[in-house]
Amino acid sequence: MQRIRLRYTKRGRLRFTSHRDFQRAFERALRRSAVPMAYSAGFTPHPKVSYANAAPTGTASEAEYLEIALAEHRDPEELRAALDASLPDGLDITEAVEARTSGLAERLQASIWELRLPGVAAADAADAVEVFLGRESVEVERRTKNGVRSFDTRAAVASFTAESPATPATSEQANRSDGAPCAILRLVVRHQTPAVRPDDVLSGLRATADLATPVPPEVTRLAQGPFDEETGSVADPLASDRTAPSRAAEAQLSGSA
Amino acid sequence: MTVESVFPRLEALLPHVQKPIQYVGGELNSTVKEWDAADVRWALMYPDAYEVGLPNQGVMILYEVLNEREDVLAERTYSVWPDLEELMRKHDVPQFTVDAHRPVKAFDVFGVSFSTELGYTNLLTALDLAGIPLEAADRTEDDPVVIAGGHAAFNPEPIADFVDCAVLGDGEQAVLQITDVVKAWKAEGRPGGRDELLFRLARTGGVYVPRFYDVHYLADGRIERVVPNRSGVPWRVTKHTVMDLDEWPYPKQPLVPLAETVHERMSVEIFRGCTRGCRFCQAGMITRPVRERSITGIGDMVEKGLKATGFEEVGLLSLSSADHTEIGDIAKGLADRYEEEKIGLSLPSTRVDAFNVDLANELTRNGRRSGLTFAPEGGSERLRKVINKMVSEEDLIRTVATAYGNGWRQVKLYFMCGLPTETDEDVLQIAEMAKKVIAKGREVSGRNDIRCTVSIGGFVPKPHTPFQWAPQLSSADTDARLAKLRDAIRSDKRYGRAIGFRYHDGKPGIVEGLLSRGDRRIGRVIKAVYEDGGRFDGWREHFSYDRWMRAAGALAGTGVDVDWYTTRERGYEEVLPWDHLDSGLDKDWMWEDWQDALDEVELDDCRWTPCFDCGVCPSQSTEIQIGPTGKKLLPLTVVNK
Repeated sequence: MQRIRLRYTKRGRLRFTSHRDFQRAFERALRRSAVPMAYSAGFTPHPKVSYANAAPTGTASEAEYLEIALAEHRDPEELRAALDASLPDGLDITEAVEARTSGLAERLQASIWELRLPGVAAADAADAVEVFLGRESVEVERRTKNGVRSFDTRAAVASFTAESPATPATSEQANRSDGAPCAILRLVVRHQTPAVRPDDVLSGLRATADLATPVPPEVTRLAQGPFDEETGSVADPLASDRTAPSRAAEAQLSGSA
Repeated sequence: MTVESVFPRLEALLPHVQKPIQYVGGELNSTVKEWDAADVRWALMYPDAYEVGLPNQGVMILYEVLNEREDVLAERTYSVWPDLEELMRKHDVPQFTVDAHRPVKAFDVFGVSFSTELGYTNLLTALDLAGIPLEAADRTEDDPVVIAGGHAAFNPEPIADFVDCAVLGDGEQAVLQITDVVKAWKAEGRPGGRDELLFRLARTGGVYVPRFYDVHYLADGRIERVVPNRSGVPWRVTKHTVMDLDEWPYPKQPLVPLAETVHERMSVEIFRGCTRGCRFCQAGMITRPVRERSITGIGDMVEKGLKATGFEEVGLLSLSSADHTEIGDIAKGLADRYEEEKIGLSLPSTRVDAFNVDLANELTRNGRRSGLTFAPEGGSERLRKVINKMVSEEDLIRTVATAYGNGWRQVKLYFMCGLPTETDEDVLQIAEMAKKVIAKGREVSGRNDIRCTVSIGGFVPKPHTPFQWAPQLSSADTDARLAKLRDAIRSDKRYGRAIGFRYHDGKPGIVEGLLSRGDRRIGRVIKAVYEDGGRFDGWREHFSYDRWMRAAGALAGTGVDVDWYTTRERGYEEVLPWDHLDSGLDKDWMWEDWQDALDEVELDDCRWTPCFDCGVCPSQSTEIQIGPTGKKLLPLTVVNK
C-alpha cells in the first residue's frame, strides 16, 4: 500500500467551503480521476483518507494537508495533476509527496496567518498589535457546542506584526483596491488546546485595543508545519518525506543487510 | 449592456450567515457564459433552499438544455434563508444567480419550477428581493417575463397575479420554443413592448398567460366561466409532452455541489409518466402516457454521469420504478457493472410485491439490508379499491415475509389519511396490518428485533385527478383519526413496541389544499401571508397555520372561505379553476372514474389492457412508449488500466 501526502488550498470564494464539504468534494474527485484507493474494511467501506488540522469555514488557506492510501502504486506528480484538474478552481492540489515518515499530524505545530483588514489604517492596526503583545494574557470568549467558553489567546501567539499592503494578494482583492486603507497583519500561532484561531486573536485585538473591523477580515493560512521556537520559523511539514529514503529503497537495504 | 456581478457585495455578508457555501456557486459542471454573447438569458429558480433545490432534476435538465444553445445563457437561483434575506435587504443586495452572481432582474426570462404549492411565498420573496414588482400588471419592459412550471403549474390560478405565464408539462422543448419567441421579438426591436411578447407566447397555444383570460363568478362564489379577453388567444392551453426519452438524455453533466444537499446521487429518469391509475396521484395523471427510456439509454447515462460527477450512488427515478419493462435486466446489469467500484443503486417508488424484494436484494448485493419501503396508501382493502391502489393484504404479507426472510430488518409502510369515503375503521385497519406484518416477520426471521414503521400523511385532493371533486378532511378530523390510530398501535402489548408511527398534523394539509384547488382569489391570501413574514412554508419550523388563517381574512367579501376551497365537495357541473388548462385528461372520463371510486370499482393499467379512453393520447397525439427492447447491459470495457 502506497501512502501519498497532499498539500491543497482553499482560495477565493471557495474559502466558504466547510471541511465536510471539502471531504465530499475530494472523495468525488478521487472517483472521477479513477484513483486506485485503498478501502477500509467493514459493511460500508470508505476510501482511506486522513485529514489534518483543517482551516475553519470562511478562512482561506494555502497550506492544508491530507494523506491518502492507494491500493496500487502511482506517480505522485501525475496523481496531483489529475486530482487538481478534477477539483474546482480554488480547491487546488499544490504538492504531492510519497509518505516515507510517520506523524504528519504531529508535525503541524504552528501556522502562519495573513489577516487583511479592509477599512483599517495600517498605523491603527500596528498600535493594536503592540498593545496585544504587551499583555501577559488576553482572555476572549467563543461560542462552542457546549456554550460560551473563555480562554487565553496571548500565549499561543509566537509573533504578530502589522504592515501596509504592498501588492494585493489576489486579483479579486485588486479589483476592490479603491484607495481605501487596508491593514495587513501577519500572525504566527502555535497549535495547542484549546485551539486559538485567527478570529479569536481578532477578538483579542478588539478587547485589548478596541480595534474595530468595519468589513469582515480576509484571513488566509499561508503555511503550517514544524515550529522552531528559537528562530520562530514554520518549516515545510513534507520536507522529511522528501528527504527520507523511499520505502522500496529501505526494504532493499534491510534485505541486503 | 453588461451586468455586474453582485458577488463583491454579497461576499461581505457571507461570514455572517449559516452555510455560506450554498451561495457561492462554482459547482462542478456549472456553466458561466459571457453576458453579451447571449441573445436570450434565463434565470431558473427552484423556490426552496439550495440544499433542496440544487438536486432538482427539472431545473438541472432545463439549465443544461438551454446552455447547450450558443445563443442562450441560463443561470440558477434559489431561495435565500431568512438570515441572508435580512442582510440583503439591509445592504441592498438583490436576488442573484449562483452561477455568475448576476441580478435576476437583468434576465429576459425568470423561470420558476414549482413541485409544490408551498413554494409560492418564496416566489414573492425572490421577486421582491430581485426588485421585480410582485404583481405582473405592474411590470415593465425592464422586468423579466416570469414563468411558472412544474406540477403545481397545472393550476397556476392562485399565483395568476404574480406570474406572467405558466407552462404545463415537460419543459425540454417548451423552453426552446419560448426562447425562439423571445429572441425574435428582441431582434425585431421589441415591437409592442411586453404586451406583444406575452401575446406572441400565448398565441403558441403552449404558454398560459393569465392576463389574457377573464374569470367570471356566479353569485354563490363558484366560477361561471373563464374566457379569453382578446382574439388570437386559445380557449384552452395544452400541456407539453416529450416523446422518445432516449433523444433527451439529460442531465448529461449533473451538477455536483460543494454544499451538502438532500440527494447526493446521480439520478437517471428511467421512464416518465404512470398509468397505474391511483386516483389520488396528480403526478400519475398529468404525466401520461408512459414513456420508457431504453435499457441501453439508461446504461449510457449512468456511465457518462458517473464519470462526470464521481457520485457513489445511482438513483433510478420514475413514478413507479419497478414498472419498467426491463427493470430486472437494468438492475442486474448495473449491479454487475459497478460491483467493484462500490457504487450503490437505489430504486425509489416501488410497488408492493415480492418481485420488488428480489430487485431490492439485487441492488443491495454487497451492502447492508436496512429498510424496505412500500406504499399501500390505504389501510383497508375497501379503501384501496376506492383509490385504485390494487394491493391485497395477502400480497402485502407475502411481500414482507419475503423481505424479512431475506435479511431485511425494517419495513416502512406509507399511508394516507383523509381519503374519500374513509372512516375511522378504515384507518384503524392500518394498525391491524402493521401487527400482522410484525407477526409474520417474527415468524419467518425467527427474530424479535424486526421493526415496521407506519408513516402517514394527510390526503390533499389535487387538480386534474378523479379526486379533484372530493371534499378534503378537516384538520380536526384528521388529527382525531390519527390519534385513534396512534392509540391502537401503542396499546398493543405484543407488537406495539415493534411498530413505529410517524405522522403529521392536519393543518399544513389544509393550506396545501387551499393552494392546490384555489382560484385567482387566493392570490391576495398568498400576498398577505408573504407580507406577514411567511417564508419556506414547506418547512415545519417556518410554516405557520395561524398566519395563513389570518391572511385568509383577505377573502372577506368574496362569499368564499378556506372551508369552501378545501372541505367542500364539488359537483359535476361546476367550472373548476383549471378547466381551461388541458392536461389531456377527458373531464367526463375523470368524473366516471370518480364515480367508480365511490362504487369501489377498480381500473386496470392501460399498458397491459385495452385503452380506457382517459383521453390523453388522442388529444395530445402521443402514445405509450415501452419495451422490452430485448437488449442487455454488457460489461464495460476497462480502459486506462
